[in-house]
Amino acid sequence: MKVLMKGNEALSEAAIRAGATLYFGYPITPQNEVGEYMSRRLPTIPGGAYIQAETEVASINMVYGAVCTGRRALTSSSSPGISLMMEGISYLAGAELPAVVVSIMRGGPGLGNINPEQADYFQATKGGGHGSYRMVVLAPASVQEMTDLTVLAFDLADKYRNPVMVAADGNLGQMMEPVELKDSYPNLYNHSEWALTGARDRKGHTITSIYLDADEMEDYIHKLYRKYGEIERVETRHEEYLTDDAEVVIVAYGIVSRVVRSAVELLRQEGIKAGMVRPITLWPYPKAVLRRLADQAKFFLACEMSMGQMVEDVQLSVEGHRPVYFYGRSGGNVPTPAEVVAAVKQRM
Amino acid sequence: MQKVFERPKSLNDKPFHYCPGCGHGIVHRMMAEAIDELGLHDRTIVISPVGCSVFAYWYFETDNVQAAHGRAPAVGTGLKRANPDSIVISYQGDGDLASSGTAEIIHAAARGENFTVIFINNAIYGMTGGQMAPTTLVGQTSSTSPYGRDPKFAGYPIHVSEMLATLKAPRYIERTSLNNVANLTRTKRAIKKALDMQNKGEGFTFVEVLSPCPTNWGLDPNESIDWMESSMMPEFPLGVFRDLKSAEVRS
Repeated sequence: MKVLMKGNEALSEAAIRAGATLYFGYPITPQNEVGEYMSRRLPTIPGGAYIQAETEVASINMVYGAVCTGRRALTSSSSPGISLMMEGISYLAGAELPAVVVSIMRGGPGLGNINPEQADYFQATKGGGHGSYRMVVLAPASVQEMTDLTVLAFDLADKYRNPVMVAADGNLGQMMEPVELKDSYPNLYNHSEWALTGARDRKGHTITSIYLDADEMEDYIHKLYRKYGEIERVETRHEEYLTDDAEVVIVAYGIVSRVVRSAVELLRQEGIKAGMVRPITLWPYPKAVLRRLADQAKFFLACEMSMGQMVEDVQLSVEGHRPVYFYGRSGGNVPTPAEVVAAVKQRM
Repeated sequence: MQKVFERPKSLNDKPFHYCPGCGHGIVHRMMAEAIDELGLHDRTIVISPVGCSVFAYWYFETDNVQAAHGRAPAVGTGLKRANPDSIVISYQGDGDLASSGTAEIIHAAARGENFTVIFINNAIYGMTGGQMAPTTLVGQTSSTSPYGRDPKFAGYPIHVSEMLATLKAPRYIERTSLNNVANLTRTKRAIKKALDMQNKGEGFTFVEVLSPCPTNWGLDPNESIDWMESSMMPEFPLGVFRDLKSAEVRS
């Protein structure tokens, strides 16, 4: 049965039904509905806990502690708050802990504003925190995907023992759409091999990310990168729209992909063979798809709500075989289909 | 033959990496003894901080987790809320707890989180090489206060136990010292009491331990004890700052 839900609330309910009955967060617009929803729901669930943390630094470290026990836990924030979580995300990656972070991106830099943007792409996909690590980043484009990808985020986090981010923008957090949720999403992963549950009839477990010896540290980093390589091979996700004969490939994710879909249709009506690639995983990035399309397309256009961050991944993917252009809006402005059509025609 | 003295089950036989005269090893042993005596071994999770005791997990035969600098009380909150049956001990030094982690310790205490914090106060940063700490005494020299801590520019030492005792939720706060046998006994008693209260679900318990750091104080171990008594203990008076049963707080 479909129900009408706000993006932030839908993802919260999905997290609960995926077993994440521990939530730690700090208020920040435009993601406040997540914490508010959790503060209503979790105290009514056995074993559930909602904690309003003192800072986002504390939120992510509470998640660090909670997931050490093998249980699922969630935190969420928006751009300035996600910046504060970067230390903790690096530690989660370094300690190989499964955690899910929801990022509802807003305008920046600095305090910016509370309007939707996609300008935290670099932060999410290129590091943000310190050290050699990667974080899986999932980009929903609808309220339904806010729920589906939140559930997937928990599965991937548990499967690979790695932090996973659901990166949406303020639009997706705030808008309402019909959504279908299952009663529950089973957790197929057993963490008894490493989780901190007390050393009863077994040796103590230790969770750490410090390796003083250079060779030991390098070996550990190589182990992490073998895992990241496996994630790239197995977990890259994308959607293609009318790319079979596309001579113009527009690349867009999240809410912008819905604008671009309309733009592709408008272009087709004018006889321009346009298509779209929508990355669903921002890391790992669907490089192979773009590289394949470079053999047929005349050019690529990256369309984003930023000054152009994903455009660099498109360039890297097509390896210089075709021109890559960029069209974007900032400050909370959403590109219109007409603007995207004009940006394509300008390059024809 | 009857064994009259042995290593606690919760402590392994790995030699401590700490400097001669350091207090960490003493407190580790007291913690392990208390864990054993209270029968908490199977449920205990020790959080190692950032600092000289970053490898505290090398020694405890319990479950262990290493936390980012200052964040141990937040990590402890997550651990304990996820598994209320566990016994969580956050072991932190003064740079970790009283500087980088001030927000985390104050708010964990304010929420009355049901875990135990062991706070090692040696008035200096140890692992990074003897820099000025938030607990460094006025006039005390360090590698970043080479002319002595000047309150005009660097303010005054933070008294964490007294500060936390202004909050309503904490159940037990005591400051002890490792300067003599009587105070060692008091320290062990305080640690055991804190863990016992946690086990009974009483709430937030905090033991601050004044501890020597001969290496970074530039003193030998005996001189270090003298300096603790002549300089540290007047600045950081020993005593119980809070000792409440939950019933007393609720009223």
